[in-house]
Amino acid sequence: MGKLKLIIDGIIKNNPTFVLILGMCPTLGTTTSALNGMGMGLATLFVLVLSNMTISAIAKLIPEQVRIPSYIVVIAAFVTIVQLLLQAYLPSLYETLGIFIPLIVVNCIVLGRAEAYANKNSVIDSACDGIGVGLGFTIALTILGFVRELLGSGSIFGWKFIQGDGILAFILAPGAFIVLAYLIVLFRTVTAKKA
Amino acid sequence: MAKESSFKNMVITLSVICFICSALLGVVYSVTKAPIEAAELAKINNAIKAVVPECNNNPSEEMMKVEGSVVYPAKMDGTIVGYAIKVNTSGFGGPIQIMVGFKADGTIYNTAVISHSETPGLGAKISDEIPTRTQIVGKNPAFSNLTVTKDGGEIDAITASTVTSRAFLKGVDTAHKVFVELQKQQ
Amino acid sequence: MEYIIIIISAVFVNNIVLSQFLGICPFLGVSQKVNTALGMSAAVTFVMALSTLATYLLQYYVLVPLGIEFLQTVSFILVIAGLVQMVEIILKKISPALYQALGIFLPLITTNCCVLGVALLVVNNEFTFGSDPHMLNLGQSVVYTVACALGYGLAITLFAGIREQLDLNNIPKVFRGVPIALIVTGIMAMAFIGFAGIV
Repeated sequence: MGKLKLIIDGIIKNNPTFVLILGMCPTLGTTTSALNGMGMGLATLFVLVLSNMTISAIAKLIPEQVRIPSYIVVIAAFVTIVQLLLQAYLPSLYETLGIFIPLIVVNCIVLGRAEAYANKNSVIDSACDGIGVGLGFTIALTILGFVRELLGSGSIFGWKFIQGDGILAFILAPGAFIVLAYLIVLFRTVTAKKA
Repeated sequence: MAKESSFKNMVITLSVICFICSALLGVVYSVTKAPIEAAELAKINNAIKAVVPECNNNPSEEMMKVEGSVVYPAKMDGTIVGYAIKVNTSGFGGPIQIMVGFKADGTIYNTAVISHSETPGLGAKISDEIPTRTQIVGKNPAFSNLTVTKDGGEIDAITASTVTSRAFLKGVDTAHKVFVELQKQQ
Repeated sequence: MEYIIIIISAVFVNNIVLSQFLGICPFLGVSQKVNTALGMSAAVTFVMALSTLATYLLQYYVLVPLGIEFLQTVSFILVIAGLVQMVEIILKKISPALYQALGIFLPLITTNCCVLGVALLVVNNEFTFGSDPHMLNLGQSVVYTVACALGYGLAITLFAGIREQLDLNNIPKVFRGVPIALIVTGIMAMAFIGFAGIV
C-alpha cells in the first residue's frame, strides 16, 4: 500500500509538470503530437527509475562535496544508453525528439528527485518514486501533446479526422506555452475542489 | 553516512564512477552499433526503392560520388533504368536531405525526403504527398521551369512555407545538375 | 555578412527560449526583477561562450579522433560542470565585485539546459547560413553561441519587465504565478514569429 501511495503521489501531488513546474524544456519542445510527448515521457521515466535506483544504492559511498558531479555522471550515462537504444530500435522517434534526448541530463526533474528523494531512501522506495514521477511526467506530456495535436493538426494519435490544416499556432511555439498555461489552471481547479 | 570529503576520497569516487560509466557505455555502444547502422542503411534503401523504377541490383552497393553528391544507380539485368541522387539543401529549420530519382531519360521518377527539421504543421509537410512533390514527377528539369509560382515557375509552393518549398526545388535542381554530369561521363 | 546573418538568426528568428524551448526553467524562475534577469543573462553569456569553446575543442580533437562520440553527453556535462566551478573560484579571487553580482547565478547554470543545448547544437547540427549546409568553424561557433546568449538575455529581460507590471495587476487566483507567465511567454513567442521572414 505504501509503495502504491508513493507512485500516486508522484502522479498527482508531486506532478512534475503541473505542480512542481519542472522540466519545462522537453515539456514544451517535444509535444507537437501525443505520441511524441509520450515517447519523451517514457524516455525520461526510464532514466529517472534507473538513476534513482543507482543513486540510492551508492549515495552512502559518495563524499558530500562531489555529490552533484557524481549524480550527473550517473544520469548522463543512463541518458546515453537511452539515446543509443532509441537510435538503434526506434530511429524515427529518435529523430523527432532530437536534441531533447541528451538534454534529459539537465532535466531538473531527474537531478531534483536524486537530490530530494533517492539519496535518503531505500532502493525500492526510490524506484517507486521514479515510476510515479516519471508516469506523472509522461501523462502530462501526453495530454499536452494530445491537445496541441488535436487543435493544431486535427488528428488524434496520428489519426487525422479533419482534412486540411488545424490552428497552426498550437503546433508552433506560442501554442505550447498557452496550452500548458491553461492545463495548469485546469489541474489546479480540479485538485483544489478535491481537497 | 556519506564518506568524509577528503581530497583523496573525492578523486577516487569520481574516477571510479567515471570509469564504470564509460565501461558500461562502451558495452551498450558495441551492442547497439550494428542495429544503428542497419537502421540507417534501411532508411537509405527505402528512399532509393521509392524513387527509382523497378530494378534487380542493389543500388546502395554500387554507390558513387559525383559532384560531391552520392548517386545510387538502379539497374535491370545490367542496364541502367534510373538513378537515385542524394542531396542536401537548406530549409527553414535546418538542412533537408532528399533523394531524387531520375529515369534514364532524365525525367523525374519520384522524390523522397530522408530527413528534415522543418516546422511541424508547416514546412514539415514536405515529407507528405503534396502538390509541390507530385507536380514535378514525370517532368524533365531540362525542359521545365521547376521553381515555385512566386519565382515565375510552374510548381505550387506549400501554403505559408515558401522557404521550404524553394529549398526542396533547389535540391531537385542540384540533383539534376549531378544527373547531367553523370550523362556527360558516360 | 555571414556573421550578421548568424547573429540575427540566433537572436530573433531562432530565439533559444521562445522558439527552441531551451532554458525555460531559469527563464520562469529568475525573471521577477529586471536587475536579476540582467545578472543571469550576463552569467549565462559568459559560461556559454566558454563552454562552447571547450566542448567544440573536445569534440573535434578528442572524441572524433578517438571514435568515442558516444561519450559526448557525459563528457560535455562534466566539462560544463567543471567550467562553472572554475569560473566561480576564479571570479571569487580576481573580481569579488563581479562575483557578488554573478555568484548566486553560477550554480544554477550547470543545470540550465541552454548551455548544454547550445553546445550540442553547435557540434551536432549542420547550419544553413548562406547557401549550403555546413558545420560551423570555431569562430562562427563562438559568435553563434554569444548571439544565442544575447537572444536569451533579450527574452528574459523583456519578460522580467512585463512581469514587474503584472505584479501590480489583479489576476484571477488560479492564473497567478506560472500560468500567467506562460501565457505572456506565449504571446511574446507569437511576436517573435514575426521575425521569421527576415533571414
